[in-house]
This record gives sequence, C-alpha cells and structure tokens, in this order.
Amino acid sequence: SSHPLASVSQSARITGVSHRVLPNSPFLAFAGDRSGRRPSSKQAPPGRRGSPPGQQERARGSPRPGSPRRKQTDRRREQRGQERSAAERTCEGKRKRDGRASLREQRAPPKKEKEVLKKEEPWTRPKKPRSSSLASSASGGESLSEEELARILEQVEEKKKLIATMRSKPWPMAKKLAELREAQAFVEEYEGALGKGKGKQLYAYRMLMAKKWVKFKRDFDNFKTQCIPWEMKIKDIESHFGSSVASYFIFLRWMYGVNLVLFGLIFGLVIIPEVLMGMPYGSIPRKTVPRAEQEKAMDFSVLWDFEGYIKYSALFYGYYNNQRTIGWLRYRLPMAYFMVGVSVFGYSLVIVIRSMANNTQGSTSEGDSDNFTFSFKMFTSWDYLIGNSETADSKYAAITTSFKESIVDEQESNKEENVHLTRFLRVLANFLIICCLCGSGYLIYFVVKRSQEFSKKQHVSWYERNEVEIVMSLLGMFCPPLFETIAALENYHPRIGLKWQLGRIFALFLGNLYTFLLALMDDVHLKLSKEEKIKNITHWTLFNYYNSSGWNESVPRPPLHPADVPRGSCWETAVGIEFMRLTVSDMLVTYITILLGDFLRACFVRFMNYCWCWDLEAGFPSYAEFDISGNVLGLIFNQGMIWMGSFYAPGLVGINVLRLLTSMYFQCWAVMSSNVPHERVFKASRSNSFYMGLLLLVLFLSLLPVAYTIMSLPPSFDCGPFSGKYRMYDVLQETIENDFPTFLGKIFAFLANPGLIIPAILLMFLAIYYLNSVSKSLSRANAQLKKKIQALREVEKSHKSVKGRATASDSGDTPKSSSKNATQLQLTKEETTPHSASQSQIPNEKAQGSGTVLPASRHLPVSQPPGVRPGSGHPPSQARPCRSASGKKAQRPP
Amino acid sequence: MGSKQTVFTHEQLEAYQDNPFRQRIAQVFSDDGDGHMTLDNFLDMFSVMSEMAPRDLKAYYAFKIYDFNNDDYICAWDLEQTVTKLTRGELSAEEVTLVCEKVLDEADGDQDGRLSLEDFQNMILRAPDFLSTFHIRI
Repeated sequence: SSHPLASVSQSARITGVSHRVLPNSPFLAFAGDRSGRRPSSKQAPPGRRGSPPGQQERARGSPRPGSPRRKQTDRRREQRGQERSAAERTCEGKRKRDGRASLREQRAPPKKEKEVLKKEEPWTRPKKPRSSSLASSASGGESLSEEELARILEQVEEKKKLIATMRSKPWPMAKKLAELREAQAFVEEYEGALGKGKGKQLYAYRMLMAKKWVKFKRDFDNFKTQCIPWEMKIKDIESHFGSSVASYFIFLRWMYGVNLVLFGLIFGLVIIPEVLMGMPYGSIPRKTVPRAEQEKAMDFSVLWDFEGYIKYSALFYGYYNNQRTIGWLRYRLPMAYFMVGVSVFGYSLVIVIRSMANNTQGSTSEGDSDNFTFSFKMFTSWDYLIGNSETADSKYAAITTSFKESIVDEQESNKEENVHLTRFLRVLANFLIICCLCGSGYLIYFVVKRSQEFSKKQHVSWYERNEVEIVMSLLGMFCPPLFETIAALENYHPRIGLKWQLGRIFALFLGNLYTFLLALMDDVHLKLSKEEKIKNITHWTLFNYYNSSGWNESVPRPPLHPADVPRGSCWETAVGIEFMRLTVSDMLVTYITILLGDFLRACFVRFMNYCWCWDLEAGFPSYAEFDISGNVLGLIFNQGMIWMGSFYAPGLVGINVLRLLTSMYFQCWAVMSSNVPHERVFKASRSNSFYMGLLLLVLFLSLLPVAYTIMSLPPSFDCGPFSGKYRMYDVLQETIENDFPTFLGKIFAFLANPGLIIPAILLMFLAIYYLNSVSKSLSRANAQLKKKIQALREVEKSHKSVKGRATASDSGDTPKSSSKNATQLQLTKEETTPHSASQSQIPNEKAQGSGTVLPASRHLPVSQPPGVRPGSGHPPSQARPCRSASGKKAQRPP
Repeated sequence: MGSKQTVFTHEQLEAYQDNPFRQRIAQVFSDDGDGHMTLDNFLDMFSVMSEMAPRDLKAYYAFKIYDFNNDDYICAWDLEQTVTKLTRGELSAEEVTLVCEKVLDEADGDQDGRLSLEDFQNMILRAPDFLSTFHIRI
C-alpha cells in the first residue's frame, strides 16, 4: 500500500519541480506560486480518509527498494534545485516511472483547467480545503523524512518570498489579502514543524521597525529641509521666475554662509578677546579720540563717516595694542590677529575651490537625464504629495516654466541660420564693447588724474571732491544696459549670453576697482612718507612734557593724558575706513536702485495704467526684469571688498553679514512684488560654477593688494597690533623665537631656505601636471563611454523598430482603436514566429543580433555608427515584405 | 499610510483637490473605470501610492494613470492630455506638439509612435525623483 502513496507524492514533486523550468515567464511564475500548494492537495485524500497521520508519514518515509540511492539523488537534486532529476531517475524501475509518467499526464490537463479557472476568478475560490489539508499533513510531522523536510523547507522559502514580494504584485487588494493569509498560515505551520518557529512575531516586529525607520528617515529629511534657511522663499521664486533667478538667490545664501563662518572666526578670535581682556578705551593714545576731535566725535554725521568714536573702536585695526599677550589667559593677540587674517583667505580659497569641485562632480553624475529630459518632465514632475493649493499653483507655474526652459533649449539647438551673418555680428558686437571698455577706462584714468590735481587745491567743491565716485557709479549704471543692447546683436542662447554679459561687466568693474585701489595706494604712500616726521614730533612732545620746568620735582608728574598725545595718521585704519564706507554706500545704492527702479516703477505702471493714454504694462515702461548679471557681479565685487578690507577693519565682516541678511529678505520681496519673469526663461546651468569661477578670480585679485601691504609696507608706528615692528609678518618670527623650543625654530629656519622651497614648488608643479593629464584622459574615456552607450541605444532602437514594424505589417489591418489591440498584437506575434522563422533560423537570428551590436561597438570612436543607423533614422517604407525574417536580413549589414 | 487615522477631516480631503490627475487616479483604481471606488479599490490605491510600495508596482500604475484612453499604450493624444493638465493649458499648441514629439523621440524604444508599458518602465525607472514624488501621504 505504500507504493501508490509514494508515487503520488513523487509525482507531486515532479510537478512542483518542473514548474521551475522557466521562472521568468509570468505565466509559469504564476503557476509556480500555485505549485507550492499542489502537493498538499494531492496528499489530502489519504489524510481525509482517516488514516492516522503519523502512520501515513511513516508509510511515506519508510524505506523502499533502492531508497538509499534515491535519497542521494534527491539530496543532490535539492542542492542543485534542478529539474534534471527526471533524467537521473532513469536508473530506477521502469514500471514505476511509467506509472508516474502516466499519472502526470493524467493530472496535467485538470491542472491547466484549474489554472484557467483561477485566473478567471482568482479570489472567489474558497481556500479552505487546502489549508485544512496543510494542517493535517503538518500535524503529523513527527518523523518527517529528510526529503520531506527539504521539500517543505523549499515551499516555506517560496511562501516567504511570496510574502516579501506581495507588495510588488499588481493584484487587487482582496486577492492579495487571501494570498497573504494563506502563505502566512503555511509558513507559520511549517516553520513550527521545521523547528525554527521564530515565525510571525519576529516578522511583525521587523516590519514594524522597518516602518518606524522609514518614517523616522522621512521626518528627519523633512527636518533637514526645514533647517535650510530660506528654502521655501527660494523655491517660491524659482517656481515663478525659473532656475536662473533662483540661482542668484542660492548663490546669495551660500555667500551668507561663508560670511557667517568668517564672521565667527574674526569675532571669536580677535574682537571678543580684545574687548574682554584688552586694555579699556581711553587707557592709551591709540584707544582714545584725540582732543581736537572729541567735541564732534559723537555727532551722527561724523559717525556716519566712520570717524569719531567708531574709528577708535575694536572695529578697526588701529585700536589693537601691540602687547604680546593680553589678560590672564596670556592670549597672544597680535599673533592671533595675523593668523586670523591669513586663515580668512585660506578658508575662502578652500571653500570656493571645494564647491567648484562639487559642482563639477554633480554635473558628471547626471548621465541619464540628458536622454530623457522631456519624458522626466512630463511623467515625474508633478509631486503627488502636494496638498496645498498655493503650493499647487506654484508647482503648476514651475512645471510650465521648466517646460518652457527646455523648449528654448531645444529650439536653440535646432536653429539653423546664416552662419556668416552671425559671425559678423558677433565680431562687431565685441568690437563695440571693447571700444566701450576702453572709453570708460580712459575716462576713469582722466578723472583720477584730475582728482589728484584737485587734492592739491585748498578749497574743493563737493562735486570736485566726489567726482571719481560719481563718474564710476554713472559708468556702472549705464554701461551694463548698453552692453545688453549690443549683446542683442549677437543672438546667443540666453544662458551663454548671460555669461558673456557677466564677463564684460566684470571687466568694467575690475577697472573701477583697480583705479580705486591705485588711488588708495597713493594715499597710503603719502601717509607713510609723513610718518617719520610725526614720529619725531611725538617723541619731542613727550620729551618736552616730562622734562619741562615749572613743575614740582618732588611729586612725579602725572602722565600726559592719552588724548593729548600727537599721533600718526595710521594708514591701516584709513584703508579699513575706505572699505567700510564703500561697502555701506554700495549697499545703500543697491537698495535705492531696487526701490526706485523696480518698486516705484512697478507701482507706477500698475496704478497709472488706469488713466494713461497707452498700455503701460505691455508698452514702454512695463515691469522690470530681474537683473541677474548685475546682481551677481555686485555680490561678487562686494565680497572682494570684504576680503580686501577685513584685515584692516575686522568689523567689516559683521557689517557684511547684516547686509547679506537684509538683502536676502529685501530682494526676495522686491523680486516677488515688482519684477516679471524673463521673456525667455532659461535654465541656469545647474552648477553655478561660472559664478564660482568669477568669485575665485576676485578672491585672487583681492588677495594681491593685501599680501602686498603685509609683505612690503611697514606698519604704522603707533597703532595696531604690529606697531613697532619692521614688517607685519615679523610677529610670526617673534612667536617662534620666544614661545617655541629652539630646535623648532631651527627647523623653521631650515624650511625657509630657498634650496628647499624651490624643489617643493617644482614638485608641486609636477603633481599638478600629472593630475591634470590624468583627469584629461579620464574625461576622454568618459566621453567615449557615453558615445558608446548612445550608439548602443540607437542600435537597440533600430532593432526594435524593425521587429515591431515587421509584426505590424504581418498583422496587417487589425483595428487599432480597440482595447484588445494589445492582445491581438501579441497573438499575431506568436503566430508569426513559428511560420516565418523556422527552428533553424532562430539561432541564426540571434547570431545576427549580436553581430549588429558588435561592429557598432567596435567602430565607436568613429562618430558614424555602421549601416544600421539609417534604418533607425529613416525607416524604410511601410510596405514591408511579409517574410519578416528575410526583410531583416536584407537590412542588416553583412 | 503611517498614521492610524480613520476619519478624514475636510481639509485633508480638500488637500488633494489640486492634483491634475485626480480623476485619472480614481478611474484607474475603480472597478468599473468611472471613478467609484469600493473599499478594496480604495485600499489598492493607497497601497500603490504608499511610500513603501516598490518601484515596479508604482511604474505599472503610473503607466495606467497616464494612459488616458485605456488602450494599453501611451499615444500622442495621451501625452497631449498630460501636458495640458500639467501646465493648465499655458503652453501654445505648437509647444505642446513639440513636447510630445520630444517625449516620443526620447522614450519610444520600438519607434511605433507610442509608448508601451515596457518603454515607459524603461524610462521611468531611471528617473531620479519618480519614487519620491509618486506617493500620497495621509
């Protein structure tokens, strides 16, 4: 009686195994899901018949003739998990096999029927009998044979996998639920039977933790986004004005961050120690307002010019004393002052270069998005999370804008025009602009010369005193629009046009900056030349004061009041004050321009439009556009001022932080209230590396004058932390000599030897050369790979299109509008393959397929892929021959 | 679907009135295709739209949502509908046509002038922010 049972279970196993022949095909996978249950349902009858389960199992597991061998093969089969077992089993009794085979055949048709049935009404079928059978067979699992164990294990794994992948099945909820319950029940039963019943609770716990973790991550991400300052404001602007305007604000925000760090550095290490531990105001001459100025020192007009009490405060260089250490901490202030000045530049250089590098990295890793610009915009741009009508409005605006940006890009790339005319116009425009630049340069030169003459005169009028500034701001106001007008000739894509515009205005501003610096340098040299004389006067005064007669000799004379001591002009503070003034006036000019040029204009256009003879909004004044290039350059040059001035006016960075903060809010408001989007909205290059490049240039240019003054001008004798030294950097030497052990001093002296420095520089050059060549070769390889991918895509496309067209022509005039279209197409495909391509042709076709790909990849460096390409670009006419295989052959290259 | 809320407030329901595809979503997940949902349909919808749902499943239903005329292909007409809904009709007719052409050009793998499910999945699975935007939070 054991025999039929064994054969039944055997056949069940065979069916169970044979499902795995083609795990990829969906139909079979579906069958495979079912198959897990099949064996149990086959085993059900004996169980229900009432035979004791234990006996049954024993019967099944009882040794049979040739069982050791069978077990072996079985185990091997389980290990490999293959369907080959049928072949292996040929050594067994023939009768058995025949019986099994016949059984299988008998069973096969009903199974298929059942599958169909299930497919039709998958979730209405009652599941009860199956699970009960499971229970019965499981409850008897005291002495499961190894093969049973292995089989159950396999099924359990399968079920577990089903549970895990349940989410990804596009089934309706009811079916999912049913399947899930059943699979869970199965796993629960059998995992217990298999002795590893961690089961449900652990699973539930894990799921719970996973959920919690995901939620936590989400909340954390939200939190992080909320922590980014002004993110919402910028997003809002971006959605209305496009990414180019937003890029300015992002740049502004980045700049604010950098300045905040600089501010922390300077305040924490210089200003606060000085205020807390340094000598108080009025203790020594450099910290006291001179007697002559004291009356007016608190007047607003004086303070506004950064004279009076502000001049003699910790905001400026001159206030600091040259004591080596201050306070009970013995804080070495002069040293700290010098090091902070150096590290401001060091930090700025590092951060600018790092963000440039980050940008380039980001731009290379995008890759795919070039291929699917429009598709991604269309299918993934709507954020389904949006649940706020205002956000939705701005999202609609953003999507429209981004579509427009891409359309502009697309049109620009497709544009074909008269090359010669464009070239001529571009050359002409550049010529005109160079003329403008030269003219303005000469004008500035002329004005500066004149101002030097004016300065010799005694009484100068207000205009004569401020002529340079007036001319410069006039140039700054009128040249950019002029450049823009000329740039209209060139007809560049707006993004490239913006870069040109930026470069030109940059050149203009640079001229202004350097004339300013030269004038300042003249001033400094003048003051330095006078210094020696003042030094003598000071000494003489003090000498006279202490040695003069007419004072009681017995009482020591009280020291001269610090306000009365004559003192030098302290050129460092003068430079600091110049930069401070420039920054403040620049800020005011910017704000007033925005207020007048944008806001008032917008108000005028908006409200006067009701009573005006032409349409103001569409016609002449209209609303202002946001001037990206001007604003970016203003920001960059302002930052240059800060870098240059911060060594001589430590408080400058604080002012700048305030300025950036206010201008963030003010400009955000102004742009939203009174500007209109650009006529041609264009997408900013994602990385604002161009801005960064300009910033780096300005940083370098502003490093030069500061380095020059530190290295080659003597500090003032009676003000600042370095007074009394020959050069400012002597403070380093002093510290090394006094505070470090002697051998360290020797090492430093040795390191400063030119014999060591020159090889080090050479080594650096070598390293730069090497790294440069490596990066070049890498980028070349990158470009080649990209080309390869592109070509492969083309080949694939053409391949598919040929195939698709062939089947389409075969199926002929099937109605396309109906929803059955898909199935019909599939049917025809299945139909055509057998009769058009015979068995022998299939490998042939495959070989050809690979043959088409290979030459393409081989010829890649040559820009023209092989002859497949025309097939993709210009598909041959619809009238394809019916024999699709031959058609394919004809089209392919040999 | 992280929270245990069982009653929707009026605001929460209002919140989803802005989705340009709300009609489509309801149609796709309802049995009869006219947007009336049973509880199971509703659950289906949220299981697909939940954050935990896998990529392939989302891609499958996204395809159905964008397939306006239910012919199992996204054709040019479907694309036009999508663009118009996304931009509230602010693009001109030529622009819409251009966009549709470009989309077909980019994503149509077999060059039959419409996107099959395969094309669509091929494209959408490479999109960087598809997963992060294609879900609904209750």
